[in-house]
Amino acid sequence: MKVLVPIKRVIDANVKVRVKADKSGVETANVKMAMNPFCEIAVEAAIRLKEAGTASEIVAVAAGVQQSQETLRTALAMGADRAILVKSDAILEPLAIAKLLKAVVEKEEPGLVILGKQAVDNDNNQTGQMLAGLLGWAQATFVSKIALEGEGLAATREVDGGLEKVILKMPAIVTVDLRLNTPRYASLPNIMKAKKKPLDSVTPEDLGVDVTPRLEILEVSEPPGRKAGIKVGSVAELLDKLKNEAKVLS
Amino acid sequence: MSTLVIAEHDNAGLKSGTLNAVSAAGALGGDIHVLVAGQDCAAAAAAAAALPGVAKVLKADSAEYGHQMAEDLAPLIVRLASDYSHLLAAASTFGKNVMPRAAALLDVQQVSDIAAIEGPDTFVRPIYAGNALAKVRSNDAIKVLTVRTTTFDPVAETGGSAAIEELAGTGAKGLSRFAGQELTRNERPELTTARVVISGGRGMQASDNFGMLEKVADKLGAAVGASRAAVDSGYAPNDYQVGQTGKVVAPDLYIAVGISGAIQHLAGMKDSKVIVAINKDEEAPIFQVADYGLVADLFQAVPELDEQLG
Ligand SMILES: Cc1cc2nc3c(=O)[nH]c(=O)nc-3n(C[C@H](O)[C@H](O)[C@H](O)COP(=O)(O)OP(=O)(O)OC[C@H]3O[C@@H](n4cnc5c(N)ncnc54)[C@H](O)[C@@H]3O)c2cc1C
Ligand SMILES: Nc1ncnc2c1ncn2[C@@H]1O[C@H](COP(=O)(O)O)[C@@H](O)[C@H]1O
Repeated sequence: MKVLVPIKRVIDANVKVRVKADKSGVETANVKMAMNPFCEIAVEAAIRLKEAGTASEIVAVAAGVQQSQETLRTALAMGADRAILVKSDAILEPLAIAKLLKAVVEKEEPGLVILGKQAVDNDNNQTGQMLAGLLGWAQATFVSKIALEGEGLAATREVDGGLEKVILKMPAIVTVDLRLNTPRYASLPNIMKAKKKPLDSVTPEDLGVDVTPRLEILEVSEPPGRKAGIKVGSVAELLDKLKNEAKVLS
Repeated sequence: MSTLVIAEHDNAGLKSGTLNAVSAAGALGGDIHVLVAGQDCAAAAAAAAALPGVAKVLKADSAEYGHQMAEDLAPLIVRLASDYSHLLAAASTFGKNVMPRAAALLDVQQVSDIAAIEGPDTFVRPIYAGNALAKVRSNDAIKVLTVRTTTFDPVAETGGSAAIEELAGTGAKGLSRFAGQELTRNERPELTTARVVISGGRGMQASDNFGMLEKVADKLGAAVGASRAAVDSGYAPNDYQVGQTGKVVAPDLYIAVGISGAIQHLAGMKDSKVIVAINKDEEAPIFQVADYGLVADLFQAVPELDEQLG
């Protein structure tokens, strides 16, 4: 079974993001970029399926600017077999990305697509569900456990009330949550080897997809800050403040 | 203008997020209809009909909606969509699961997790773990939205008397099957609606120690939450996680115990009215957002708090 793993290049989760003075977006110049953490978990999940003998080939796909190649190389160094860059300098919204991925899926015919549940830049949490809808495939979102059972895929989902188990018909879409696994680091020899793995490049035009944005970004602003309060010296003082000053306890 | 709110429910009653979603629909203006798709869901439909401001409840009572799987629910939403200018659900795991699927089938770019409505097509939403707020305008004919429940006060549960219209199902797609659930059970208030939340982090050191927080929670009528580190370490169940990728809460009082205050955690609680931090490291970033900080060993401070609450 071939597994497709869509990955996104985002500002590193440890960077303190700053809003641009002209309110057009956030500062990206000279900012450290990295693979979206949920995508790392998705890549790791695919590698484990391959190590278990279930997956035969892992194809990583990223839509975005030329530099997304670096992120694809990281996936290759972790253990993906080949990579596809859908190169575009446009702002790509989840619907457009889902359409691009659908075109790639139709060409590659994977049995399973594993995505992150959320990209930590725009926090959209949409792409996997959209791709599943466009393909008419089953979807398991926010997954913390997967197992192939007979003809189907058993997935445990992290939902608001606890955990839910679903069985999906294949081919299927999975979006991964934090608890699925701990992604490996790429070793230096594997980073070297990754440089020789195939990395193809296509464009949205090649795939016949119109990526024109549907949303206009009117303004990106700084959220109202909170000012630090006071330090209290004891539990008794804390309770007194909560009752008599903040009046949140009676 | 008219809005269809997709109700989240368990057939017997509505989930709290539905009340916030109806409230957001009210902020949009126009007629509000609520879709209750389920199996043996008459009670949930009746509850939706009782919400003030709701003009009509669409009840689709059919086996394929028993567990509200996205594969079966999205086609129903798509069938109804042309009658509405807005489709809206809470940004809960339910709304996040089904709405993008429906949006894609409608060729609409969803706007996720909106925190403010500035007009029928203009919405504000947090991005980058709440480090920035994006104001966006949607140019799609139908707006598909999920709403951040903490910024839209829930509507009352009674006062309305909407008509209930029965809908036929769309038939099972047979793509996925519900195979069971393990719900976290406790008698405490729901995390996302509780007036007081007490959360523990890696500093709690063990799941047994969460018992200390539970004792305090019971005295305060509070819900218990956790940081990602506490959940990853197995100290607390996954549905306790507060943050960018967990639940968003905004109680009157949030007490963070043994939590450092990473940006991803703050994303889920910094709109709380009053924040208390108990941490032994006076440099912990949580103190930069806390109204009241107590630099102390939690294994001393929490039992003391418990005792002094009587
Ligand atoms: C993609 C991604 C998504 C994430 N999503 C979330 C999310 O949704 N929610 C979330 O919370 N995090 C999230 N995180 C993780 C986040 O970055 C932090 O790692 C996490 O919040 C840290 O948890 P913590 O504060 O419990 O642990 P730590 O950072 O280890 O802090 C523990 C604190 O406990 C204090 N402490 C220790 N012992 C005691 C004691 N005896 N008495 C008092 N204080 C003590 C320490 O001083 C320290 O400040 C995410 C990270 C990534 C990369
Ligand atoms: N530009 C992209 N290229 C490839 N995959 C993407 C891209 N954007 C998002 N994804 C995938 O979709 C997931 C969810 O992203 P989002 O819907 O933007 O929160 C990510 O974790 C990726 O797996």
